[in-house]
Amino acid sequence: MSDAKQIFIKDATLNAADGDQRAFIRKALGGYYVNRDLQKARYRDWERARDAASLAKWTAVNDLANQLEKFTANFERNGGVVHWARDAAEARAIILKIAADANAKAIVKSKCMTSEEIHLNDALEKAGYGVVESDLGEFIQQLRGEAPYHFVFPCMHVKREAISELFTKHLGTAPTDSPEELTMIARRHLRQLYVDADIGITGANFLVAETGQISITENEGNARLTAALPRIHIALSGIEKVVSRLDDLAVLLPMLATAGAGQPMTCYNTLYAGPRKPGECDGPEQFHLVLLDNARTRLLADPEQRDALHCIRCGACLNVCPIFKNIGGLAYGTTYQGPIGSVITPHLRGLKQWNHLSGASSLCGACTDACPVRIDLHHHLLHNRRNAMKQSPSLFDRAFHAGFGFVMKRPTLFALGGKVFRATLPLLKKLPLPYMSAWLKTRDLPAAPAKSFREQWKDHSHG
Amino acid sequence: MADARSDILARIREALQVKAPKPHFKSEETQGQPVKVGKQWLPDGGETTEASLVILAEQLAKLKAVLIRVPDEAAAGVAVADLARAKAWKQVAYHGASLVRPVAAALPCPSWEADASFEKQKLEGCDAAITSCEAIVAQLGSILVSSASSGGRALSILPHVHVVVARVDQVLPDLATAIAQMEAKHGAQMPSMLSFITGPSRTGDIERILVLGAHGPKELYLVLVG
Ligand code: SF4
Repeated sequence: MSDAKQIFIKDATLNAADGDQRAFIRKALGGYYVNRDLQKARYRDWERARDAASLAKWTAVNDLANQLEKFTANFERNGGVVHWARDAAEARAIILKIAADANAKAIVKSKCMTSEEIHLNDALEKAGYGVVESDLGEFIQQLRGEAPYHFVFPCMHVKREAISELFTKHLGTAPTDSPEELTMIARRHLRQLYVDADIGITGANFLVAETGQISITENEGNARLTAALPRIHIALSGIEKVVSRLDDLAVLLPMLATAGAGQPMTCYNTLYAGPRKPGECDGPEQFHLVLLDNARTRLLADPEQRDALHCIRCGACLNVCPIFKNIGGLAYGTTYQGPIGSVITPHLRGLKQWNHLSGASSLCGACTDACPVRIDLHHHLLHNRRNAMKQSPSLFDRAFHAGFGFVMKRPTLFALGGKVFRATLPLLKKLPLPYMSAWLKTRDLPAAPAKSFREQWKDHSHG
Repeated sequence: MADARSDILARIREALQVKAPKPHFKSEETQGQPVKVGKQWLPDGGETTEASLVILAEQLAKLKAVLIRVPDEAAAGVAVADLARAKAWKQVAYHGASLVRPVAAALPCPSWEADASFEKQKLEGCDAAITSCEAIVAQLGSILVSSASSGGRALSILPHVHVVVARVDQVLPDLATAIAQMEAKHGAQMPSMLSFITGPSRTGDIERILVLGAHGPKELYLVLVG
């Protein structure tokens, strides 16, 4: 059993037994369901809008090399600098070099899951830079020394009392149980940091090929500040974020907000084309974009699951997932939690170590229904299971399938097996069977029929 | 060893040798044909200016942004001056646009043109910012500002209050129309920042409870002239 799997089973079991925490998460998501449905009802045809959104991403991803060449040419024409990184180490090295060349000290970041993926904060702090997360949720998680719980709502699992204690401890503020006051504490604390920072690091939600702009979606305004005040702006993005036309955003931006957060539109959707231009009064002197592969091309090479690269990271699939709601985001042990994380992590980090996530699904399909770009999420979990079985079947799998095949080819043996099974069925409830006992404790088994189907068939066709 | 760029592009081209099937579509009509925006399936933005203005007012109210309609520029100045007195603003920064300058001149408190002499520390100390905008999107209640039309990047995000002065003819039905207008207006020379602002800054990070004014403006006013 892989280490990741062992930890997963331990954490998932613990969290699933924590009724309080589960109730807290359900309550936190309650408002989201209501708002999402209200917003969806405003669409004249949500399902066709999903068609349009998925086609926009499909078109770009299936022409990725050309789209990226076009995008980077336009991005550079706008005055930005593009850097390509094959893996996490290269991306970290590029960013460290930009910081060193600029003689920077303080760095302010807005939310960027790709930077979590490459463990950027660690690398920057080791190199001696002060790094502050400015998104409220990320700021709280940074103070807690914990990874994000949900890639859109990073600290949705933390109660206000805990946040108040955290702020008292780190910022010396008076305790309060008002979310509003807590938010204002963070606001006051961070404002001067934007003004003083040398470098602002952001993610990117979309790269627009035809104009060379990058699009950043956020609610708080921290990304806007991060890209406005420091003298250097670095954006870090996966290569799959490209769309071919600016027009595509007319569908993708509202759908991202509605599917993920139940909003008509996220509060700030900002397009950046290069650093400060002549005649503009502010903005960074340099604008860098780091384009990261980090095994995305491996996922791209699988045509069956290529659509997982269409993901716009809205978080809808997490919000509706019964597994996510019961085991919580931290148990996954991945950068991207929930159904999409379970689909792509085996590609990004290795099927053998991460296939167990594909098993953590009821295959209810709620994720696939929720996805604004129609990624076939729950089937991809099945594809991962199949691929893992092909790649390295476990001893149990091999023995089971060999035994099953052996019996199936021998009708008498099969009939005998059925007889024994029917006779011993009532015993099942009494035996201490792993997993099964817990399930059977509160359930009755139906009585086994006296005769097998084949015997009954024979009787009827003679009668 | 090849450089990272050619390496990654080669990996992509190699990966795309095998074609992926098109996504499964709900409707037959969308099957196969490239969807031009698909805007007819998104929320309604209104067929006429009147209809758009009704939708805009509804959206802004839901977003907790304040819409102030005034008949002419002089009335805009009066409305903003009233606001300044009510909120006891001490310092206001503004963008030097033709629609904004007379409004700023009517203020009862000191004000300065931010794009003429930009200073971030001074801007941080301001109570409010007054800017113009590129367009307004009725469908979503979004206000499109740019580094060109709104006094740079920081003015519309750093002060605690943001006041936008716009003309009624800047109200567009939907996002697709706004984007098409930007492409027609700026072409290959886009301003370095274009931002769709949809309501005052907000967060739900603490227990998913809505709080306004996370990092950007806590209050957003749209003064619509005409
Ligand atoms: S897989 Fe779909 S639903 Fe999940 S985060 Fe990505 S786009 Fe959203």
